[in-house]
Amino acid sequence: MTERPSRIMAETPWYELFSRGARDWLRHDQKVRDAVRSRLPELLSAGDLITNSENRTVLVPVRFLEHARFRLAEHDVHSGAGQGKGEPGQVLRPARSDDEQGAREPGTEGSEVRFVLELKLDEIVDWLWEELKLPDLKPKRSAALDEPDYIREGWDKRGPRARLDRRRTVKEAVKRRAMQEAPLAFTNDDLRFRQLVRRSTPAINAAVIFALDVSGSMQEAQRRLAKTFFFFALQGIRRQYAKVETVFLAHAVEAWEFSEEQFFQVSGDGGTVASSAFRVAGELLEKRYDPSRYNAYLFYASDGDNAGEDRASAAQALAALAAELNYVGYVETSVSAFHPRETQIAELFAALKGKDLPVGAVRLESLEDVWNAIRIFFREQAAQSA
Amino acid sequence: MTDALGEYIAALEPLARRLGLDYHGVDFELVPASLMTEIAVYGLPVRMPHWSFGVRYIHQLVRQSMGHSRIFEVMFPGNPCHAFLMDGNTLPENTLVAAHVLGHADFSRNNALFARFHEMAGSNIIEMAAAHARRIDRAIEEFGQQRVETVLDAALALESHVDVDRPLHREPYPAHAPERKAPAKDAFRERFERLPREAQPEPPPVPRQRLPVPPHPEWDLLWFIAQYAPDLEQWERDVFLAVRAESLYFYPVFACQIMNEGWASYWHARLLREADFLPQDLYLQAIKSHSDVVRPFAAGEQSALAVNPYHFGFTLWEHIVEKHGMERAREVCRDEDDFGFVRNYLDRELAEKMDLFTYQARSDGEVLVTSRDLDAVREAILAPKFNYGAPRIAIAEFRPDGTLVLSHDHAGDGRGLDVARANKVLEYVQRVWRRPVRLVTTGGLREPLELAA
Repeated sequence: MTERPSRIMAETPWYELFSRGARDWLRHDQKVRDAVRSRLPELLSAGDLITNSENRTVLVPVRFLEHARFRLAEHDVHSGAGQGKGEPGQVLRPARSDDEQGAREPGTEGSEVRFVLELKLDEIVDWLWEELKLPDLKPKRSAALDEPDYIREGWDKRGPRARLDRRRTVKEAVKRRAMQEAPLAFTNDDLRFRQLVRRSTPAINAAVIFALDVSGSMQEAQRRLAKTFFFFALQGIRRQYAKVETVFLAHAVEAWEFSEEQFFQVSGDGGTVASSAFRVAGELLEKRYDPSRYNAYLFYASDGDNAGEDRASAAQALAALAAELNYVGYVETSVSAFHPRETQIAELFAALKGKDLPVGAVRLESLEDVWNAIRIFFREQAAQSA
Repeated sequence: MTDALGEYIAALEPLARRLGLDYHGVDFELVPASLMTEIAVYGLPVRMPHWSFGVRYIHQLVRQSMGHSRIFEVMFPGNPCHAFLMDGNTLPENTLVAAHVLGHADFSRNNALFARFHEMAGSNIIEMAAAHARRIDRAIEEFGQQRVETVLDAALALESHVDVDRPLHREPYPAHAPERKAPAKDAFRERFERLPREAQPEPPPVPRQRLPVPPHPEWDLLWFIAQYAPDLEQWERDVFLAVRAESLYFYPVFACQIMNEGWASYWHARLLREADFLPQDLYLQAIKSHSDVVRPFAAGEQSALAVNPYHFGFTLWEHIVEKHGMERAREVCRDEDDFGFVRNYLDRELAEKMDLFTYQARSDGEVLVTSRDLDAVREAILAPKFNYGAPRIAIAEFRPDGTLVLSHDHAGDGRGLDVARANKVLEYVQRVWRRPVRLVTTGGLREPLELAA
């Protein structure tokens, strides 16, 4: 029998054109992004995201998705066949020492490869708003005042050193050197300075006051819920306003202003006097954020308990605030499933709502509720300002 | 390089045939490294799309960039065979690889497992897989990525769960048990019937016995689901059958890896040694890359915690040829798979010569040599190859309400399943079975455990 002889085939050029591996990798990447999206609230509640977001991206370390197969349960001891010198009982590799083991702990799978997914915060928020079908906020009309401001425009050959435009200066120098023989590196004529002009821009500013009950009854899990909610509420407001200023208030019996980092760490003990926070918020509005120039929002998180004797003054302070602010949102965080009755704060808000003031209240029990709360607040707010 | 390589191949071939190699001609193709990587990941040059291949692709790229993995050749048996060589390799490397491929071509034509698959499937696996891929691409266009992926998630997760003893084209179970034949008349029976007795009423006709589905534990999960899933559409069944066909193709490659790589290595070494037409320096460089591939452990190491199939198979074949002659070797090549090969031909002398041992690795990183006992070594080498490398799982029951019950042979496997993964696989399967799916296995303390999705 004669066989066809072996031969070398002509090149088939399509191999270079299309990478199946890259295609399937992109699909995997897409699936990871989808998975990350569905867990966004959890991922984003970690870390100080609220003001720490100067670069406006979130890095999410992710593991590769695993396509599961049936596998036998792992033994503590794994055995196999090997080749080389050594007598039965001989140790080929010693056990790792403790600190080595500690260092290896994350990713015990050995050479497991991980990668970091970079998500743009703006994209995330845009996506969320789209997904939740949230309306855009409407600023108060009276707040849109024209305010003169300096903006960059044009250039000049003279100017203060701080406004030297290096890129343009080098370009000028390069152009000149190309024309001259034996040119100097730089001359004064090459220098270019940015100029500023005074223009009036519409000032649509927003101030958001976050108030948190840090009395003894607020637990860690409840604060986390509050923090996640605050984060997304802030992102929603940032979407709408050019400039958003934030204030963090914490209160137990008395209320204080805190920086963001401290805000989530403070804990007080003793009773709860909610009116203290409302009063401080009122003072701030008066001093810093004139409601005629700012779109001001207040979000208050608490477990709902308030000292009985504070009821009247809290109601009063809150009513005064609600009249001034664009919107007051109240989230009641509780991690236990047992609620005997409406809490005092919830009753206060219900009463204000009855008077058609721009307030809303939502209970948060788990991270999933955060979306619901966001949806309710932003819908209501849009409806009320319409 | 193409011209020179072509010349060498043309000269190697008569030598190979003279030495007794019996194979279908090979179409060699020189391809870029990127395609070689893809073939290594997918197992085939064109294969159905699935995200899990994307993960393996990235792992492979990482390994290659760290220099841990180099791919020299991939050969697809058939008539003609089709071999891919890397265009970036040197001429000596590719000459060696071409000789290696001739060894594979001979093996895959003569080994019974390979021959059986090719008889069932026709001889062009590359085109078969490409046709599957095209069909699946069309399904994606028609039904959307999500739906096709759901089916592939389940089918590919069960990839190794085929019954390799069954034919590629398998008929459904017979609906009824075969009718019982009247016992043959013999002298005793004739006399017995003639005995005086009361008149017997005519026995009532026995209704034909309906067989349950499955009539016996069914190990071919892919086939069973394709055949009996209550709500699958035809294209979905086809996806399962496509994965099954490719899995049956991969089985001989998997089950004969040691033999096959060893045989090819034996022949590339021998062909090059006897090829007096090769320039000296080319031969030297080729033999140098031979010793890089066919070595028990990395340079500078004293031992390895794995057995290199190239080195192990090569040594075993040399031993067999030396001890029993080439004719016997060719019989072994025809009749055995790795199980028979290792159990029948790895003897004490050879195991000692190769310094084979078994070891235990504890989770704290300590590795102990446990034994140099011959049986222990053989079984440790073969352990990862049992049952296509997968736990033994069969379909036990298809209940009237549509529930599918799988059972894991935990006694045979010696322990239960990794529960998290098993649950995930059940989820994949449930999404295509569309009725409850259950799995019986054991937990960590050997207590019975039933998983459900």
